[in-house]
Amino acid sequence: MARKQNEKIVSLEEFQEKIDRDEKIEPKDSMPEAYRKTLIRQIGQHAHSEVVGMLPEGNWITRAPTLRRKLSLLAKVQDEAGHGLYLYCAAETLGKSRMEMNQELLSGKAKYSSIFNYPTPTWADIGAIGWLVDGAAIMNQIPLCRCSYGPYARAMIRICKEESFHQRQGYEIMLTLARGTKAQKEMAQRALNRWWWPSVMMFGPSDADSPNTENSVKWKIKRYTNDELRQKFVDAIVPQAEKIGLTVPDKDLKWDKKRNNGQGGYAYGEINWDEFWRVVRGDGPMNNERISAKQKAWNEGSWVRAAAHAHALKKQTALQAAE
Amino acid sequence: MKSNMADMVFEGLLRIADDNLILGHRTSEWCGHAPTLEEDLALPNIALDLIGHAQTLYCLACEINSRYKNEDQLAFLRLEHEYKNLLLVEQENGDFGNTVLRLFYFSTFMKYFWERVKIECCFTKLKEFSEKAFLETSYHSRYASQWVVTLGDGTDESNLKMSNAIANLEPFLGELFNNDDFTEMCSQNDFLPEPTSIFDSWKNEVKAILQKGNLDFPDIILKKRGGRKGEHSEAFGYLLSDLQYMQRAYPNSSW
Amino acid sequence: MVSEEKETILWEVFIQPKNGLSHRHCGSIHAPDREMAILSARNVYSRRGEGQSIWVVRSIDIVSSDPDEKEETFSSDDKIYRHPTFYDVPDDVGHM
Repeated sequence: MARKQNEKIVSLEEFQEKIDRDEKIEPKDSMPEAYRKTLIRQIGQHAHSEVVGMLPEGNWITRAPTLRRKLSLLAKVQDEAGHGLYLYCAAETLGKSRMEMNQELLSGKAKYSSIFNYPTPTWADIGAIGWLVDGAAIMNQIPLCRCSYGPYARAMIRICKEESFHQRQGYEIMLTLARGTKAQKEMAQRALNRWWWPSVMMFGPSDADSPNTENSVKWKIKRYTNDELRQKFVDAIVPQAEKIGLTVPDKDLKWDKKRNNGQGGYAYGEINWDEFWRVVRGDGPMNNERISAKQKAWNEGSWVRAAAHAHALKKQTALQAAE
Repeated sequence: MKSNMADMVFEGLLRIADDNLILGHRTSEWCGHAPTLEEDLALPNIALDLIGHAQTLYCLACEINSRYKNEDQLAFLRLEHEYKNLLLVEQENGDFGNTVLRLFYFSTFMKYFWERVKIECCFTKLKEFSEKAFLETSYHSRYASQWVVTLGDGTDESNLKMSNAIANLEPFLGELFNNDDFTEMCSQNDFLPEPTSIFDSWKNEVKAILQKGNLDFPDIILKKRGGRKGEHSEAFGYLLSDLQYMQRAYPNSSW
Repeated sequence: MVSEEKETILWEVFIQPKNGLSHRHCGSIHAPDREMAILSARNVYSRRGEGQSIWVVRSIDIVSSDPDEKEETFSSDDKIYRHPTFYDVPDDVGHM
């Protein structure tokens, strides 16, 4: 719902008390400007990621190998459009319009998840994205269902419910390939090699280099830090890979009893942060192609949107004349 | 089922299934590239229905013809001349206006087609399926008609683009209503309605919608045809190389 | 080119899951007019067959209470005589 600016200034202490009582913040409640900005930035990036994320997978809809795979991929990519839309609407409740958001995406000003700047050269990449990227996304998203900002939390509940099939879909593709012919198995392993490190990086910079994390956790926008989530992800994926006979491309990967407060977890190798920042700054394999595709669609659709406006206006005028 | 009856049912199912698969394929190409995010959801919704219809119909066809072991073999592994879809549905999408106009023509035709199948088809499984297909194509027709009116009526530019789309698709409409020996046989055996028998209802509805969008109803005479006999246009080859790529590059694999 | 475009109207979407239940707010969409709004609402919010009736209403037409007057508007629940447990009825009367 569109937001009416609330003039009353809330003190940070008062606001923090409300958050600590686990009360939800709703659009018209007073909130600190920094809280609002953090949310707009995070929801915006999340929305853009869904929308840009349609491209690498959408790429394979027309080439999916069976009708069953085609239908589930199409449904999945369509869900991503829906999720982008729910999130834009959540951002809109904070006073940031869809048009502004869209402009920031098209101008290259807005950030989105770097993972979508990697290419999908084979069908196995569709499996790897579903398994790893959706797997990572779900880990990020489930805690967000309890986020302090009501509209964001509600959007996330809907999204998580709908996405429950996405990771299974991806894993099933990988499993089928891994049990298939030699060529299929190799395709699957190569895709895992391509997507592993970018997926591990998806959780963002390590906690020491993540300036926004502290406030986000304090305000219950985020419930876990980047490193905590990354650890959960690695712990979940490694046995899944073993199960289907694929090898995680990290020679330093080993069980470490001390991790997770002594419960044990996987130690993993050094993340290539240079690559991470290079892709974030726009120099990834597909940054230009992704934004160009969105710009092209937007520009080619401009006459359609103009016509829809004009038609709506004519109908309204006719309606008023009749009254 | 007697063998000549089985041949007829098989061929009839293929014609409808191929139309749906190929138009579904074209519609799915829009996913991620539509004019608004709302349309990025709408077009895949329709593509899902169309491809879903094709899937059901191919399954029915496989039950009749044991040469084909599953629906994927029909969808992915025939040669170009074995596909029996209309030329109309295989043409490239063009702009959004051309896409919704074609969808409007086709889904309005299919709406009346399924309505007749619901009443008079002797093949029970198809008759049962037609209930759902009728509802879904009715929705497609309504969705597309709303865009045709909007774009026709919107601005001078959009009206011109829609007029161009009408001219562009005009040569392919004749084939939609073309009776041949096969359609006559289907009709005599109470299997499928003859295309010409749908023409009046289709024309009345299409004319009314085009009029609301200040657009002229096209001349419908048989110009381009061949799809029903497996003679396709150039655009179809590229479509098949996308559609069939995986099955051809990795034969005899499970997916 | 982007900046010249007008914002489309924002609509709130309410879906009734089935007869007998009330329409529930489920989110928003953008659409230029009400016909498109209904179509888009259906495409966006009932992809999994949720619902059998949809309402859309322009967001700006929703009148909302002021959150800063929450306490005056929604006075605390101290009218205990509105609750059934306020009244003593002998146990052997059974459920009432």
